[in-house]
Amino acid sequence: MTQLALVIDLNVCVGCHACVTNCKEWNTSGPAGPMVDQNPYDKNPTGTFFNRVQTFEVGEFPNTETVHFPKSCLHCEDPPCVPVCPTGASYKRKEDGIVLVDYDKCIGCKYCSWACPYGAREFDEAQKIMKKCTLCVDRIYDKSMTEEERRPACVRACPTSARLFGDIHDPESEVSRAIREAGGYPLMPEWGTSPANHYLPRRKIKLRIRHDEIERADNPLKIDGLLPKPDKAEPALDDVTSW
Amino acid sequence: MKPAFSVIFLTTLIGAGQGLFLALFTAESYAAFGLLSPQPTSFYALGSACALLFLAGGLVASFFHLGRPERAWRAAAQWRTSWLSREVIVLPAFMGTVFLYGAAHGLGVNPALARLPSGAPINLTAVLGAAGTLLAFALYVCTGMVYACLRFLREWHTPLTVINYILLGGASGFAFAALFSAWALPGLTRFYAGWALAIAFIAMVGRVAALVRNARLKPKSTLQSALGIKHPRIVQKAQGAMGGSFNTREFFHGQPDALLSMVKWFFLAFAFIVPMALLSVATVSEAPAPSLTAAFIIQFAGLLAERWFFFAQASHPQNLYYQSVA
Ligand code: SF4
Ligand code: SF4
Repeated sequence: MTQLALVIDLNVCVGCHACVTNCKEWNTSGPAGPMVDQNPYDKNPTGTFFNRVQTFEVGEFPNTETVHFPKSCLHCEDPPCVPVCPTGASYKRKEDGIVLVDYDKCIGCKYCSWACPYGAREFDEAQKIMKKCTLCVDRIYDKSMTEEERRPACVRACPTSARLFGDIHDPESEVSRAIREAGGYPLMPEWGTSPANHYLPRRKIKLRIRHDEIERADNPLKIDGLLPKPDKAEPALDDVTSW
Repeated sequence: MKPAFSVIFLTTLIGAGQGLFLALFTAESYAAFGLLSPQPTSFYALGSACALLFLAGGLVASFFHLGRPERAWRAAAQWRTSWLSREVIVLPAFMGTVFLYGAAHGLGVNPALARLPSGAPINLTAVLGAAGTLLAFALYVCTGMVYACLRFLREWHTPLTVINYILLGGASGFAFAALFSAWALPGLTRFYAGWALAIAFIAMVGRVAALVRNARLKPKSTLQSALGIKHPRIVQKAQGAMGGSFNTREFFHGQPDALLSMVKWFFLAFAFIVPMALLSVATVSEAPAPSLTAAFIIQFAGLLAERWFFFAQASHPQNLYYQSVA
């Protein structure tokens, strides 16, 4: 079985909101209708987004780190938002595990948004229906695009490649390997929702270089070139003997 | 959570309607077994009409909760998995049964459908009443489970939620039955006032138990598990929007804690203590109508406050992602 998902590398995300912008642009121009904003040019602008980037400060000054945290529907493998929907508008696709809302069936009761512990669903105040990330289901299968383009808009936009996209059930996919090798983890594992999207943790990058790896121990005169050839009678330049 | 007035009125009004129907059928069952003298059928017909008014009021309120009310019929589709869908099916079924029950009484169409071995007849209204009773309880369970099934809204995820929906609705329904009988059939007033008093008392015990339980809850999700960062000190610096979002509007009640605790004391007094005192007065008074009127109205106000508090008190784990704007 396929389970498409995003893997987001918190170590790489710089919080530029390119994914937010491209997501909004792609999805507001799509056949499903616009994602309308309220007061876009006024005080308190607000609107529907599938993806948001939040920022957190971890630690105590001066030992703080800024973590930018992109947040969208995690396409849970056991999504609590789906069974509660009274109309069947919310559903999880068997073929690729994407959780979708059928905008033509949704009655806007908001019950599914109560049932999502992550706050991933947003009610569209203009269309009066529930919306959420579709993993760009209208892009990724579009044969009129090149294979490079058949990826979610956010993934395409990310300038630092913090967003990976693929099938987490295929052990050899890029995303599975990233989860396995870089310590990918799900959010709020305590609720047993098995989110498909994973996050890669912050990592301390340290170069371990010893002094003698930068400076040649056998070049005491700091002159590159042929080494002075010691006399047979003289001690060698290695650690065992000395001058 | 942000309390939605549509849902507050839906749950309190249908709760009272169900309770009123249960009250009517209680009296009929007592009469059937000779524990009460039989009541005139007009009492049941009128009472059912009142119950239908409550239920219809709740139904109308519920439509204000929907973004697309014109598609409401679709909500009956997922009864296999969704308690909300089940509620949507049971509510009209119950209303239909109440209507038939009232109509059978009103038109005097009440043939004996079968006989007990003792020879006592089982009338049409008895069958309709029993079906209505089952549906009334089914509806309470559905309404309660809509909230109790959401496992990460831990204030709701307890059997007490369902039990209290039954008890609170029952209390106000029987209180209305007492008031109604004071006008329509004074002989039954004391009977209903006694029942209403007893149910209100048990409801108070159930609600206080829920309050005590919720006061001791420790959140399961933390900012650490929400982000997957294991540092004790994490501060939000941006939530991805400056002007708020659906997430900040739907899941926060936005009221100070002081107001919440005021509402709590208000509903404890108005939903339980004051109406219980008034009902006690009514059981001994010669002219109980004024105190019963006050009891029902005050209790209903208390129950509206109770429902507001019920929603406001539930804290959704998504709020962890929306701690501060900037
Ligand atoms: S993140 Fe929320 S909306 Fe998305 S599948 Fe999981 S529970 Fe449903
Ligand atoms: S808001 Fe729409 S998708 Fe969500 S539960 Fe209600 S009908 Fe289903």
